Amino acid sequence: MRKRSQRLWFIGAAGVLMAGAVTLGVIGLGGAVAFFQSPSDIANKGVETFKQNVRVGGLIEIGSQSHGADGKLLTFKITDCKHTVPVVFDGIPPDMVVEGKGVVAEGKFDVDGTLVATRVLAKHDENYMPKEAYDSLKRAAESGGEQAMTDGTMTCGDGSAT
Amino acid sequence: MIIELGHLLAFLALGAAAAQSVLGLTSGGEAARRLAVAGAMFAALSLLTLIISFVRLDFSVELVAAHSHSQKPLLYRIAGAWGNHEGSMLLWCVIMAGYGAVAALTMREGKLRDRALGVQGLLTVGSFLYLLFVSSPFTRLVDPPFDGAGLNPLLQDPAVALHPPFLYLGYVGMSFVFSLAAAGLINGEIDRDWARRTRPWALGAWSCLTIGIALGAIWAYYELGWGGWWFWDPVENASFMPWLVSAALVHSLIVTEKRGGMASWTVFLAVLAFCLSLLGTFLVRSGVLTSVHAFAVDPARGTILLIGLGLAGGAALALFAWRAPQLKAGPEFDPVSREGALVLNNLFLSVSAALVLVGTVTPMVLQWLGEAQMIAPEAASMSIGEPYFQLTLAPMVAFLLLFMPLAQAAPWRKAEMTPLMKWLLPSAVIAVVAALIALAMGGWGVFLGFGVLVGVWVVAGVVQDILRRAGAGGWRRILKLPLTVWGMAIAHIGMGIFVIGATVETAARTEQTFPLAPGQSAEMAGWKFEFQGVTIVDGPNYIATRGDILATHDGRTELLQPEQRSYPVSEMGTTEVAIRKTLGGDVYVALGDQLRDQDNVWRIRIAHHPLIDWVFGGAALIAVGGFMSLAARLRRRAPANAEAATAPEAAAPQPGAPEAGVGASA
Repeated sequence: MRKRSQRLWFIGAAGVLMAGAVTLGVIGLGGAVAFFQSPSDIANKGVETFKQNVRVGGLIEIGSQSHGADGKLLTFKITDCKHTVPVVFDGIPPDMVVEGKGVVAEGKFDVDGTLVATRVLAKHDENYMPKEAYDSLKRAAESGGEQAMTDGTMTCGDGSAT
Repeated sequence: MIIELGHLLAFLALGAAAAQSVLGLTSGGEAARRLAVAGAMFAALSLLTLIISFVRLDFSVELVAAHSHSQKPLLYRIAGAWGNHEGSMLLWCVIMAGYGAVAALTMREGKLRDRALGVQGLLTVGSFLYLLFVSSPFTRLVDPPFDGAGLNPLLQDPAVALHPPFLYLGYVGMSFVFSLAAAGLINGEIDRDWARRTRPWALGAWSCLTIGIALGAIWAYYELGWGGWWFWDPVENASFMPWLVSAALVHSLIVTEKRGGMASWTVFLAVLAFCLSLLGTFLVRSGVLTSVHAFAVDPARGTILLIGLGLAGGAALALFAWRAPQLKAGPEFDPVSREGALVLNNLFLSVSAALVLVGTVTPMVLQWLGEAQMIAPEAASMSIGEPYFQLTLAPMVAFLLLFMPLAQAAPWRKAEMTPLMKWLLPSAVIAVVAALIALAMGGWGVFLGFGVLVGVWVVAGVVQDILRRAGAGGWRRILKLPLTVWGMAIAHIGMGIFVIGATVETAARTEQTFPLAPGQSAEMAGWKFEFQGVTIVDGPNYIATRGDILATHDGRTELLQPEQRSYPVSEMGTTEVAIRKTLGGDVYVALGDQLRDQDNVWRIRIAHHPLIDWVFGGAALIAVGGFMSLAARLRRRAPANAEAATAPEAAAPQPGAPEAGVGASA
C-alpha cells in the first residue's frame, strides 16, 4: 500500500469516527444538558416552561427540610431570598447539604412544580458555597433583595435563610 | 525557623532549575545533570520542612493554622501538608524536580538527555515561580492562633492521603515525557531510539495516574456516602483526559519504537498529554466549575495557570510545527496489521479524550461567553451530565475492546483477517455465552450486554494469546514468556475486568432508603437488616453517631456499624459507611439523618454494588501491567539487547496461518 493511500485511509477512518462520535454527542447532549436557573428565574418564567433538566442553585431555606409521610424522601426548599423552589430527593444527600447552606439540585419538575432532583451538590468546604448558589443570590440581590455577601459566601439579610 | 529554611531551599531549587535549563539547552550537559540532582534535593528538603511544621503543629505558619489541628492523628498531620492548594503545589514542584533528578541519574549520556533536562528545568522554574510568588506555603502569621482550623474532614482518609501524590506522579510524570518530546524536536531526532528511551517514562507516569484516579474513585465510593465511584464530574474528567491521551501514547510509542512509524503523531500525543495535565490542574484549581469535588479556589491563580498552560503548550506546538515536516515517515504497512490495529487504538482513545473534553469544557466556554455578554445569560449556565458521557464513550470503549485481542495477535506490516478471526472463535463463543448469561440474570439492557460481551471477549482473547505464545511448551513456557508480553496481557485483562465490573455495577446496582426505629428491620438483596439503635462514640477529633445493624444472610448474623461523624473544629460532618464484602459484590450500609417529625427514627440507606471490586481490581491490574512493561524496559536498556529482544516477537507467525507470517519477519 502506498504512502498516500495509507494516509487517506487513516484520515478517512478518523473522519468517520469523529462524525459518528459527534452525532452521538449531539444526541447525548439533548438529554444530558441541564441549564442553570435561579429560583427567581423559575418564578418569573413560570415553572411549566421548564420541561428539560434544570439546575437550581441557592440556599436551603431554614426549617424547610422534611422527610415526608413515609420517611423515604428528603424534601427541602431552595431560596434566593426572593423566591423558593420545592425540591424532593430520593436518597441520602451529601453531608454538606445543611439548612442555611448553599446547594445545587439538578433534575426535572413534576406536574406540581416540585423539582425531582437526581443529583444534589454541595461543596466540600465549610466556607465556600457552590458558584451557582452564589450566583442565584447575587442576581436576586442585584434586583433588590436583602442579601449579605462575605468572601464567597452569601446569606439572606438577617444572616439566616428564611 | 524551620519554615524559613524551607522557603530558602525553595529559592535554591528555583535557582538550580534555572541554571539547569540554561546549561542543558546550551552545552553544559554534565553540569545540568548535577544541578538537577541538587535542585531535587533542595526541593525535597523544602517539602520536609513543611511536613515537619505540620507534624509539630507550628500554628505560626499560616498553612498549618488553616489546615491542621492539635487533635488530628499523625498520619493526617503529615498528609495535611499536601491536603491543600499551596502544599500540593510544593509537592508538584518536588515531583517535577525529582523526575529531572531520576533522569539525570539514569539516562544514557547524550544530546537527548541534556536537552530534556534543559526543558524540564524550564518547567520546574515555571512551577517554582508559581509556588513562590502566587501560592507560597511558607507564609508566617504575625499573630498565631492558639489552635488550627482543622483539615477538611472528608480528606481525613487513607485513600485520599495517598491520592494526590499518585495523581501528581502521573500528571507531573507527563512533564518529563513532554521534555523528552521537546528535546527530540529540538534535536530533530524523533526516531526508534527516542521512542525506546521515552516509553519507560510514559509507562511509569501513566501507571501512576491510573493508581491516582483509582484511589480517588475508591474514596468517592465509600467516603461520599452515596456509593458512586465515578460521576463524570469535571474534576474527575480533568484527570481522565490525560489518562486517555497517555494511554494512546504508550501504544503509539510501540509503533515508533518497533517500526519507526507514527513519529510525529507520537510526539504530538506526548505534548498533548502534559498540556491536558496542566488543563486538569487549571480546572481543579481555578474555581471555574461547580463540582462535587470543588474545594476552596482562587480565580487569579487560575488565570496564571492558564497563562502557564498557554506558554508551555504554545511553545511546544510551535516547535512541533517547525520540526514535524522534517521527521521521517515510517515504513509502509497494511491497514490489517499490528500497526493498523494500534492506529485504531489511538483513534478510539484520542476521540474519547476529545469527547470528554467537549463535555467538560462546553459549560465553561458558554459561561465565559455569557459573562462577556456575547450570548444570553439564560443560555450561558448549564451542565453536561452522565448520559452524554455514557452515550458517547460506551461505543468507543466497545470498539477499542473488540479490536484488542486481534491487535495482540496480529503480526507487524501485514496480517490476514480471516485466520485471525477463526483462531479467536473460542473467545467469541465464550463472550457471547457470558453476555447471554449476564442478560438473563440482570435484565435485558444493551449497555450491560455489550459491556460483558467485550469484557469477556478481551479476557478470553488475551488468555488465548498467552496460550498461543507458549505453544507446546506448556506451563513452564508460559512462565518464561517475556515480561513485556505479561505486562501487556495483565493490563489488557485488567481493562476487560474493569469494563465487566463497571457495566455490571452500573446496570445492576440496587439501593433503597429505609426509615427504621430501633427493633425494626428491612430486607434487601437476600439480606435482613435489623436496626438496633444508635450510640454516641468519641473519636480522636470527632464525635460519631454509630448505628448498630444486625445483618443476616444464609442463617449467619453479623454486626454492621455505619457512622455519622461530626467534626466540631470544622463544623462539618462525614458519613462513614459500613461495607460487607461478599463474593458477588458489596453490601453497603449508610446511616442517614434522623426523621424530623418522628422520634428516634433513622433513615438507613442500603445498597448492593455487584462486582464493585472488579472495577478497582481491573484498574489495579492495568497499573500493574504498566509497571511490568516498565520493568521489562529497564532490564534491557542497552540498544543492542533491545534489537535482539524484539526480533523473536516480530518474527512470530500469525496464529492460524503460519504462512502469513512471512512478511512479518522483515
